Amino acid sequence: MSDALLEVNNMKKHFHLAGNQTLKAVDGVTFHIKRGETFGLVGESGCGKSTAGRTIIGLYDATEGQVLFDGQDISRLKGKGLKQYSRKIQMVFQDPYASLNPRMTIANIIAEGMDIHGLHRGKARMERVHSLLEAVGLNQEHANRFPHEFSGGQRQRIGIARALAIEPEFIIADEPISALDVSVQAQVVNLFKKLQRELGLTYLFIAHDLAMVKHISDRIGVMYLGKLVEVTTSEMLYSNPQHPYTQSLLSAIPIPDPDVERRRERILLKGEVPSPLAPPSGCPFRTRCPHAMDVCAERMPEMKETEPGHHVACHLYE
Amino acid sequence: MSGNLLEVRDLQVSFRTYVGEIQSVRGVTFSVKKGEVLAIVGESGCGKSVTAQTIMRLNPSPPSVIKYGSILFEGKDGVVDITKMSDKQMESIRGAEMGMIFQDPMTALNPTMTIGKQITEGLLKHQGLSKNEANKQAVEMLKLVGISNPEGRMDQYPHELSGGMRQRVMIAMALSCRPKLLIADEPTTALDVTIQAQIIELMKSLQEKTGASIILITHDLGVVAEMAERVAVMYAGMVVEQGTVDEIFYNSQHPYTWGLHRSVPRLDSNSSEELVPIPGTPPDLFAPPKGCPFAARCPYAMSICTEEMPEQFTVSGEHSAACWLLHPDAPKVERPAIAGGIRA
Repeated sequence: MSDALLEVNNMKKHFHLAGNQTLKAVDGVTFHIKRGETFGLVGESGCGKSTAGRTIIGLYDATEGQVLFDGQDISRLKGKGLKQYSRKIQMVFQDPYASLNPRMTIANIIAEGMDIHGLHRGKARMERVHSLLEAVGLNQEHANRFPHEFSGGQRQRIGIARALAIEPEFIIADEPISALDVSVQAQVVNLFKKLQRELGLTYLFIAHDLAMVKHISDRIGVMYLGKLVEVTTSEMLYSNPQHPYTQSLLSAIPIPDPDVERRRERILLKGEVPSPLAPPSGCPFRTRCPHAMDVCAERMPEMKETEPGHHVACHLYE
Repeated sequence: MSGNLLEVRDLQVSFRTYVGEIQSVRGVTFSVKKGEVLAIVGESGCGKSVTAQTIMRLNPSPPSVIKYGSILFEGKDGVVDITKMSDKQMESIRGAEMGMIFQDPMTALNPTMTIGKQITEGLLKHQGLSKNEANKQAVEMLKLVGISNPEGRMDQYPHELSGGMRQRVMIAMALSCRPKLLIADEPTTALDVTIQAQIIELMKSLQEKTGASIILITHDLGVVAEMAERVAVMYAGMVVEQGTVDEIFYNSQHPYTWGLHRSVPRLDSNSSEELVPIPGTPPDLFAPPKGCPFAARCPYAMSICTEEMPEQFTVSGEHSAACWLLHPDAPKVERPAIAGGIRA
């Protein structure tokens, strides 16, 4: 795993709530992301995918486990080392309306990171802002405007320009397109792909839209109630999904093709995701799983490699 | 009305605001047959929700104004024009003969009323049932939409239920008086996919049981392919193309419909295929362009497109599209190969 840019080892993030309750938002996930690849993290609301992203970038401190970036444990970073780390990793948020300061001009929003890290000072500052705006498909005149003057898609481009400003190696995109209209989603996804080709970026792409995640990602991790249940390449995930949750997730997604829809048989899951405050014992999916066995209630299955590059945590494969 | 439950003809709806008049719906014509599912698709701001809200007359006037057109609905007492009804007359139709499901079940349900009270409200008002009978029927409805322990749920409040459960409650409310028309405005957009699949299944089975017509408003072409029989594609306040679901998916004629199909990735397609986005953004409806509203984003735009709005050209039967490319004198344009599903 020497080519891994990011390694996440048994990462946990628990929140302590009032009344002595513990919310295990992320409960022991392990995966790695190779340099230059896009890793997609999918799952339904409340599965912990956003918390995982926020813990990796350091917005939350991990309760347990390790996040290694370029071989360095980020939880041990302090002062200068932490500042250097924050230069290499940036985030693009879901809501382009809430994530841009309405009282700052676009130029100042984009350049804030550069100012903090002392990059591109003086005349070079504005030049850099202009070239970033062009790189994301906006133009120079936009630099002196304010966020409210832009549409959702344009704001998301500004958010991407801001993330790129300090030349990061790694970008975490948390639902970057779910607030956008379909025709604009494709524009932003293509922009992500173009920037990756040109700048050699590594992405962690967090989203609930599996069709879009499959389109953009090289490998995908599927999360359910704070646990990773399956990790594999995006082709294998679609052609040979092994975890019963992945199978039903794929089966639930409607395909924009009436003939295909008429022929399709659905695996309809019963019930809903249990509360993460009181997760089921053993495998978290067992309460909705069509194949649940006695052992599933007893212990959480280990992640097993079932074929090269395909990892599944399910007792069916043990 | 020849088998139609609803006919919307040349409907124009505007909102008067302090910065000017926004022309949200600019001449929309479509019909809904008895017992069918018609999907209205389009992106935010295209006027699909305003059209639906106008059919239910949910928009207060002012600021909204129905500028032109009619909405004919075959109700209990014969065909009525919704646009000409008084508020009082609407009260006897809304909820009784038309029901609506909204996108966000948290804001659409009243947080201070129990589930039971909200479902029986319509039954008490429209069907003249006693409180006991209404309660009994509400429990029946909850059972019908697949809610476990319906008697117990009657006394619960919306915040005690999950999103999927709330949406089931809203469906129970909308269908409690057995309306002939159900308008579902993005009914699954706020839900997770596995819950979306459950709700779609539920709506399909209820439609079979009750024979109600459904207007399904959505931006998700997958949901359209799964549920709809006919589709109307809206753009900038107009219907730019309509036809059967097969016509819209396999033989679409409008470049905007092509653009929609090409910008969504398919789960079952090869991911190395590039998405083809539609460049630019929809026009400003405070000052809509003179000609075709899509011309500025259309790769096939001709000079007439910016001058004059195209009429609805009939493609075949009920399939029509508003595009100058369908004019006999227009140059022939190949429909892009991946615009829509490929017939297997």
